[in-house]
Amino acid sequence: MKDYLVFLARCFRLSFVGDRLYYGWMFLLSVVVLLGINAYAKQFVVGLAATGMTDQVSWGFYIANFTYLVGMAAAAVMLVIPVYVYKNHSLHDLVVFGELFAVAAIIMALLFVTADLGRPDRFHHLLLRFHFPVSMLTWDVIVLNGYLVLNLHICGYLIYCAYRRRAPSRLFYIPFVFIAIVWAISIHTVTAFLYAGLGGRPFWNSAVIAPRFLASAFAAGPAFLILTLQIIAKNTGYVVSHRALMTLRNIVTVAMTINVFLLGCEAFTEFYTQSAHVASAQYLFFGLEGRHGLVPWIWTAIGLNLVAMLILYVPASRRLPWLSAACAMLIVGVWIEKGMGLIVPAFIPTPLGEVVEYTPTLNEVLVTSGIWAFGLLVYTIFVRVTVPVLTGRLTIDGPIADDGADASADTAPGHGVWGAESEVLG
Amino acid sequence: MTIRIWEGKADGTRSGPMGSGGCASRPGVTRRSFLRGATGALGGMAALVAALRPLKDLPQDALPSLDQFLQKHYKEMSASDMDRALARIRADVEDRFGVTPNLRDVRPMEGVQFAYALNLSRCIGCRRCVHACVGENNQSRSPEIQYIRVLEMPRGTIDLDQGNHHYERARVPDAEHYYLPVQCHQCANPPCTKVCPVEATWKEPDGIVVVDYDWCIGCRYCEAACPYWARRFNFAEPQIPRDKLNPDMSYLSNRPRPRGVMEKCHFCLHRTREGRMPACLEACPVGARKFGNVLDPESEVSQILKTKRVFVLKEEVGTLPRFFYYFDERYPRAIEAEPTGPGAPEIGLPGSASGAGA
Repeated sequence: MKDYLVFLARCFRLSFVGDRLYYGWMFLLSVVVLLGINAYAKQFVVGLAATGMTDQVSWGFYIANFTYLVGMAAAAVMLVIPVYVYKNHSLHDLVVFGELFAVAAIIMALLFVTADLGRPDRFHHLLLRFHFPVSMLTWDVIVLNGYLVLNLHICGYLIYCAYRRRAPSRLFYIPFVFIAIVWAISIHTVTAFLYAGLGGRPFWNSAVIAPRFLASAFAAGPAFLILTLQIIAKNTGYVVSHRALMTLRNIVTVAMTINVFLLGCEAFTEFYTQSAHVASAQYLFFGLEGRHGLVPWIWTAIGLNLVAMLILYVPASRRLPWLSAACAMLIVGVWIEKGMGLIVPAFIPTPLGEVVEYTPTLNEVLVTSGIWAFGLLVYTIFVRVTVPVLTGRLTIDGPIADDGADASADTAPGHGVWGAESEVLG
Repeated sequence: MTIRIWEGKADGTRSGPMGSGGCASRPGVTRRSFLRGATGALGGMAALVAALRPLKDLPQDALPSLDQFLQKHYKEMSASDMDRALARIRADVEDRFGVTPNLRDVRPMEGVQFAYALNLSRCIGCRRCVHACVGENNQSRSPEIQYIRVLEMPRGTIDLDQGNHHYERARVPDAEHYYLPVQCHQCANPPCTKVCPVEATWKEPDGIVVVDYDWCIGCRYCEAACPYWARRFNFAEPQIPRDKLNPDMSYLSNRPRPRGVMEKCHFCLHRTREGRMPACLEACPVGARKFGNVLDPESEVSQILKTKRVFVLKEEVGTLPRFFYYFDERYPRAIEAEPTGPGAPEIGLPGSASGAGA
């Protein structure tokens, strides 16, 4: 126990140490977090009137980002499945980074729901009168918090074992890895059911919502990891093999193809039938009654998604700059399509046929940026303390002299040698 | 050693900002590093305090008192719990409005199932029901909250997308239109109560769907679930002029609501459970609104359900509303005036009395 507290204390201290780039990045994130806190304090004083939401469009930017982030969290499983189900070991050492990102994403998702509550002071009512299993929102509370705990356990255990210079006992994490695989799919399915279960909102009331959620998450999540892993490799010297990135590329390509296909299915059903249900899709893609708020956004998203997909199809994307460009486009494209593009149109027109548009206020955007910055801050700290542990530079026996390669090889077999990234990257 | 990390490595190995964990875990505390750390910590605290400055404008009653914090869910309150809650609300109303309200917790009557029927042939779209409702139920005047929305509909359709929500006319009714008031349909299978994560909204034994304003957490999931757009959220602190308060109130209906919670039509349960009619019905100048107990075969609504061709909105979503619409057997007066009016027979007679099964 004492060892564990010492470990935590050392991690805490470590998160305050770095070079100028690290300090600059952390300073920038902290400033954005503070702006977000400031904006939330304003919202807390005046109520949700500080947002652009109305009785007509009663969910907006917060819930859009929440939905997107649940998907990002679920996507960590796309690193786990190849390793533990298909024994593809090129990704083995990267699983921890995926799961750490899942933890950060869940934290952000939970913060977004909290920011969206009209009465955050009554949060404890959830514990006192939990409307389970009737309300899908209670299912979401369970699966999201469960997933958070599962991932904290798995990566916490693996990292602590590396710190103790002990081989992890399979019994203590392999069963949880498999539970987490099923669980990851459940968090996104349950979140999709939040929307799909509402008969009064035809735009959501579709069986394809859950598969679409999963496909877009399994594209955007690994795409995000492709980018972050390159940044980690570049800045820490932690070895990320080219093969691992190519495995992720294949996953992104397949998932994105399925996502675009499902979007096409949805669009066909809506527009070919031309029933009264088409009104929301009409608003999203072409505008309704002279209101076009989301039209430029959704076509930007479709453009980004299609170009990203084409780049992924051609051999050029085996080269990292092309791959990174495709991933960046895809992350933004899915963020628009699955965020604002999925949440807001369901409210337009209202069930009584009124067309009222929604634009987030500056305050809402600041709160949102603050939560994103907080999530990135948390993830940066995770990576900051994890890399030295995994490479054997931070262990229970005390620090090893910081001059090099020899220390890491024996403690963490399979983890690369300090500074060797030039051989595998680029 | 710490200083060396800060300034980058001198030994030529490639390493980045996040890599040099070893040294950091045992930093030698020099005066320089201590000062730097202390300055950073102080600066961070100062920035956090500055960021939280808007909280100084927080109204005094914005945070719950201990009593409010510990108050139980409506269904779990004992008689003395309820007395305490009512006393607290009474004191609060006296404080804000200078009147002592006749506040009570009105329970449903045995053997009563309420239903509403609205005669579309008679409604003239004057919106007096809307105003009566706002006054009766202490709805916020700023921002405006109204439970009833009247749609001006073109003849020949019940497609709600074609209704006009914001018609402004010097005189109503307009000969080209009919008028469709919509409020909470008090569904027998309500999607809104199903989705609430804390059961702050539920269906009472007499069929009225209510909200415990002291339990709602403000997630607005019920608002997304309602197919009739019948729920309203208090995005800001509701404002009611002091002289406009209706002091006749009950816990589950028209007592003043706090900010950040849902509210909706409750069939004026503080009136109807004591044998009176809803305010919207009393205000209707043409008698288009009918209300009563469907379990009593002699009641007016029972007679209407039996003899008129009633229908419900969005029957396909399976909500089983207890709010019925019907047209008179005779054509609307406006059409009688110009008997050549085209398409009149098609108006709004698509449903049989299928909704009457409730």
